[in-house]
Amino acid sequence: MTAKVELRDISLRYFTTESDTEALRSVSLNVGAGEFIAIVGQSGCGKSTLLSLVAGILKPTGGAVLVDGRPVTGPMRACGYMLQQDYLFEWRTVLENVLIGPEIQGLDMKAARERGVQLLRRYGLGEFIDYYPHQLSGGMRQRAALARTLCTEPDILLLDEPFSALDFQTRLALADEVSEILRRENKTVILVTHDISEAVSMADRVIVMSRRPGRIKAEHLITFAGAGGTRPKPFKARHEPEFGRYFDTIWGELEIHVGH
Amino acid sequence: MSVIDRDATAEPALPADDGRSEAYRAFLRAVRVRRWMIWVSQALLLVLFLVLWEIAPRAHWVNPMLTSYPSAIVSAFDRLVLSAGNEGNIFHHTWVTLVEAVVGFVVSMILGLAVAVALWWSTFLYKVIDPFLVVANALPKIALVPIFYIWLGDTTSIYAMAIAIAVFITILMIFNGFQEIDPNKVKLVRTFGATRAQILAKVVLPGSVPTMIAAMKINVGLALVGVIVGEFQSSKAGLGYLIVYGSQIYKMDLVMTSVSILAVMSTVMYLAIAAFERRIQRRRQ
Repeated sequence: MTAKVELRDISLRYFTTESDTEALRSVSLNVGAGEFIAIVGQSGCGKSTLLSLVAGILKPTGGAVLVDGRPVTGPMRACGYMLQQDYLFEWRTVLENVLIGPEIQGLDMKAARERGVQLLRRYGLGEFIDYYPHQLSGGMRQRAALARTLCTEPDILLLDEPFSALDFQTRLALADEVSEILRRENKTVILVTHDISEAVSMADRVIVMSRRPGRIKAEHLITFAGAGGTRPKPFKARHEPEFGRYFDTIWGELEIHVGH
Repeated sequence: MSVIDRDATAEPALPADDGRSEAYRAFLRAVRVRRWMIWVSQALLLVLFLVLWEIAPRAHWVNPMLTSYPSAIVSAFDRLVLSAGNEGNIFHHTWVTLVEAVVGFVVSMILGLAVAVALWWSTFLYKVIDPFLVVANALPKIALVPIFYIWLGDTTSIYAMAIAIAVFITILMIFNGFQEIDPNKVKLVRTFGATRAQILAKVVLPGSVPTMIAAMKINVGLALVGVIVGEFQSSKAGLGYLIVYGSQIYKMDLVMTSVSILAVMSTVMYLAIAAFERRIQRRRQ
């Protein structure tokens, strides 16, 4: 596989008047085209920062980020970003929300509108394109947010805990739907999460990050033998025998201590 | 999961009665009756106030020289509709004050918004200006009336007063609204590569509409305060002029008439903004 996204010895420091924080230290990572990787780590380990670097809204203090072999200098059409909540704008209808990306990037709006309507239909929101976000349920809103991300036709999807604001059932159902959609369309995906189950059930490869300063601590290729070579849906993957083993290993590596 | 929240779209009008349970209809009836009772009580309170105001001076419980009374206000109004001369035509006075207030309101809204945008655009500028803004906002602007009169003359000083009273609070309110925009909404459009101007146009301004309407509601009253105070000092026309003139020649009916018209004017202006707000809110939550 050729590297779609390449992080070369990335480091990042933040300065405030109170402190000098080292967020990331020499992080190197290759993501192949069409690969689905998950980055897990505890809060504050810099995993979301990593996504901002790939998205081009943050510049590393050291090292380089390359997409398709070219250095990232700013936000690109190739990258689509999904945040922790849907952040649909309450003053826009569902379709108008989906079209915000094409509007900003100055794309052909007629084609974008057709794409938007098609995406919303595909995600079961066809009847709701002229509704306002407050009229939708949480799961519908997050699917609208996915349509918004895909409407600019990115090859690379950056998912920053996109399900964390949803209730548990919706979360499992949506994880199935989203991974299905992204795999079918052969997108390259980087998912950031603190939920080990989510990472193992969705991704081809799980990257474990250490506490601050964030470094890559371990990598796991996730394969399920029972499914006959094909990747099981996330919900089914949770019942595969390998699932528990991956979970325990990663749990151990995260050094999660409660209390004290 | 695919459930629509029907409550959020519930319509306030009461639809036809078919297919409703007896208990629900009784509930709707009770709601209607209560709404009606509130209206009647409000009307009664107003009538009671007017009747007391009419009787108390006539029965000499209070000095009619000081309070005037409603019927005198009505005849003063009649007289002023026709009159010319020193008192002048009431429509003319009302018009003058209305124009001054509307101009003051519009200018301070536009100016306030423009300055707020500039402060949002440049954090450096904001940091530099901030303490001066705080002082300007805290200063009782009425103290500036004589200064404006000397600097700007008898007409322009009235507009200046209206703007001075309204503009600083507008700047601060709108700028605070800008700062309360969820930074993740800004991050979202930045991931699409939005420029600063696009962030302003697509997120910050539309997201601050409720704040702007709140600022308008406060502003419309403040602009009127500025206009009346300005007129007290200097003018040859307007309701503020009429109030001062009436009090100087001890014609309380003139004063009370002007105050009543002012009450109506400020209410109408406020209701206009409230109607505008409802029109916008119909589209959003």
